[in-house]
Amino acid sequence: MSLDDSMREALDMFVTEARDLVQQLEEGLLEMEGQPPGGDAVNAIFRAAHTIKGSSGLFGLRHLVSFTHVVETVLGSVREGTLPVTPGLVSALLPCVDHISSMVEGIPEGRLAPDSSQEAEGARLLSGLEPYLSESAAPIAVPAEAPPVTETAWHLDLRFGPDCLRNGMDPLSFLRYLSSLGEITHVVTETDRLPEAAAMDPETCYLAFAVDLTTAAPKSEIEAVFDFVREDSDIRITPAESSLDAYVRAIRAMPENDRIGDVLITSGAVTEQEMAEALRVQQERTAKLGLAQPVPIGEILVEQGIVPRDIVDAALSKQRRTTESRSSQDTRTIRVDAARLDKLIDLVGELVIAQSSTGVAGAVVSEAQSEVMRLVDEVRHSALSLRMVPIGTTLRRFERVVRDVCMELGKEVSLVITGGDTEMDKALVERISDPLLHLVRNSLDHGVEPAAERRRHGKSPQGTLKLNAYHDAGNIVIEVTDDGRGLDRERILAKAVERELISPEAVLTDAEVYNLIFEPGFSTAATVSNLSGRGVGMDVVKRNVGALRGSIEVETTRGIGTTIRIRLPLTLAIIDGFLVGVGPSSFIVPLDRVTECVELPPGQLGRECMNLRGEVLPFIRLRQLFHIPGTEARRQSVVIVEQSGQRTGLVVDSLLGELQTVIKPLGVLFSRIKCISGSTILGNGEIALILDVGPLIADHSEREVAALGV
Amino acid sequence: MTDAPLRRFAFDDELTIVTAAEHRERLLAALGDSHGVRLDLSGVSDLDTAGLQVLLLARDEGARLGLPVEFSEPSPAVAEVLALTRLEL
Repeated sequence: MSLDDSMREALDMFVTEARDLVQQLEEGLLEMEGQPPGGDAVNAIFRAAHTIKGSSGLFGLRHLVSFTHVVETVLGSVREGTLPVTPGLVSALLPCVDHISSMVEGIPEGRLAPDSSQEAEGARLLSGLEPYLSESAAPIAVPAEAPPVTETAWHLDLRFGPDCLRNGMDPLSFLRYLSSLGEITHVVTETDRLPEAAAMDPETCYLAFAVDLTTAAPKSEIEAVFDFVREDSDIRITPAESSLDAYVRAIRAMPENDRIGDVLITSGAVTEQEMAEALRVQQERTAKLGLAQPVPIGEILVEQGIVPRDIVDAALSKQRRTTESRSSQDTRTIRVDAARLDKLIDLVGELVIAQSSTGVAGAVVSEAQSEVMRLVDEVRHSALSLRMVPIGTTLRRFERVVRDVCMELGKEVSLVITGGDTEMDKALVERISDPLLHLVRNSLDHGVEPAAERRRHGKSPQGTLKLNAYHDAGNIVIEVTDDGRGLDRERILAKAVERELISPEAVLTDAEVYNLIFEPGFSTAATVSNLSGRGVGMDVVKRNVGALRGSIEVETTRGIGTTIRIRLPLTLAIIDGFLVGVGPSSFIVPLDRVTECVELPPGQLGRECMNLRGEVLPFIRLRQLFHIPGTEARRQSVVIVEQSGQRTGLVVDSLLGELQTVIKPLGVLFSRIKCISGSTILGNGEIALILDVGPLIADHSEREVAALGV
Repeated sequence: MTDAPLRRFAFDDELTIVTAAEHRERLLAALGDSHGVRLDLSGVSDLDTAGLQVLLLARDEGARLGLPVEFSEPSPAVAEVLALTRLEL
């Protein structure tokens, strides 16, 4: 791996982490508005800003460091309670967060320094922060329970991994960064691992450092400095001898607690990360040695050099007399490359297929076999659930949107989010966020009335926008509800006639009228605002939702409000399908498109259509469409599918039933084939093509029109 | 033998991971066919861990071969690193 690649990898990691932190910053700022000074939100965003600054420094991203530094300073005053949280302050800080975000996003594109416009933007934003930086900001309150800031002496053993130089990490930068955290009182640079000249690789790191650091920063912050090298380095941070007594005293003064881990973490002697690592070692060892009782965690902590024995003994005496009641481990999360997950799901899909074919081969299913079947099914379920993430993070992002839009429009709207725990496929979450954004903006712009108008109608001047998500019959439903003016049926009709979307004589149901708003180029807004009303948006929303195999509907009451409901499959990786046979070939029709199945009536009308309960139903003969040889079955069936309110029959030889199957995308070679959306392997090893109903019908009607020479 | 003049060895650019390999070769070669070297550090514009290791290697190699290796005129970049690591060359 070249130096560049490794460096890029480290940078990628930094960018991923920075994105999370920026998100935290934004959420925290919005949350902070409603909180007393010194709340958790303030602490959290201060840490986030600090961490961004720190890690940027490690990569030499000076522009990020200097900009974030100012933001951090302002947040620091907020945290100390010397600066009150005002809407003005939040409004000044939010664009700064955007700026940080844009600088972070520039990194993967190779922009490691700001361009002139970015620099100007940064300067402008910083000048906006100036009022909050002035010394004259009078303290509004003396924090009653400010944690006592005392300096602690730490001893750091830094053994960097041999590859850290190749990965673009210079141990010297870490030393420099440490000196910004506090005072480095002593350093011993250990050179004894340096080999003889002939054996030395100039790109391998041989040096180790023992550092004594006196700082007010908590241990977790010191630990965070080494986040990027932790994996292959050996980093030990222990309280220096001189601080031991202080810890022992602090532990003795703590309230009763039966968990030694908690005691040690609360005292600050051990960080959560170290504890997690120690717990892992504990588990491993217990399993390996086959012990009935786990090795005491204190022993492991001492042995790993994380804390001195004195401190563990103090914590143990605190814990004594309480029986062993170790509860489950803290929930921990790990990041996994999405491609690996996809690979796993793909393999599980193959496993399901292979397994079902063994079931076919042996006529009698043994108990063992059915157990394997059950397990395979469970494995598939949990593999798919790995991709599931709660939608809450995406929904909470709209708090910012609502705030900004309301500022711009001079409206007052509160956002209520429910069902944030509802889980859906990660890929879907990402792709639904843009359509949702359109809907939210639209509701704010067109739905919710200005305060004056609301008062006239006897509504509360503050509007409400609700985002709700829930599971419903294998789908996820996301609702955007406002309590605004509702859709105006007459105006939509008038507009549709004007735009020649419908004829003036047409009689439409309410639902059909409201669905017109999803037509391209449709907008009834009297004024075109900056946000919406340009007639792009709703049709794009509909198309995007359709592309995700979802549907969208509108429910509205004049004067009361509008709900727009998006219904999506939980995942794109599997499909509920209806298997049909034509001659030797098999096809899968997405089950959500199938409305019913009937037998093809004998005796033909002149054209390709049949009589379905008094209505004319056009149909497509799949045998002809795909040029499948052979004679037709004696009794053919028609699968009736519905697309955009239009019903069409598909004539097939046999109906083989429902099945749930893993979708395999078609290769690039077939990327231009329109009527097929993918393929899957059946239990008997044969391939079935998955029909893409929309284009299939559209294509067919075009051909019909051409054939008739209209 | 110790009376023989030390061979002067100068750096005119950064001494970092980018140039470490090259400098190592040159230094070892210089050590090999001399009675010791004097490293003029005034031209080192940038020094990182890899570079520092090369300097330490030269020192150790000199000691092993019984040849004097002297360091002179550390540039500000070198001085900063030495102060940071509390090392004396």
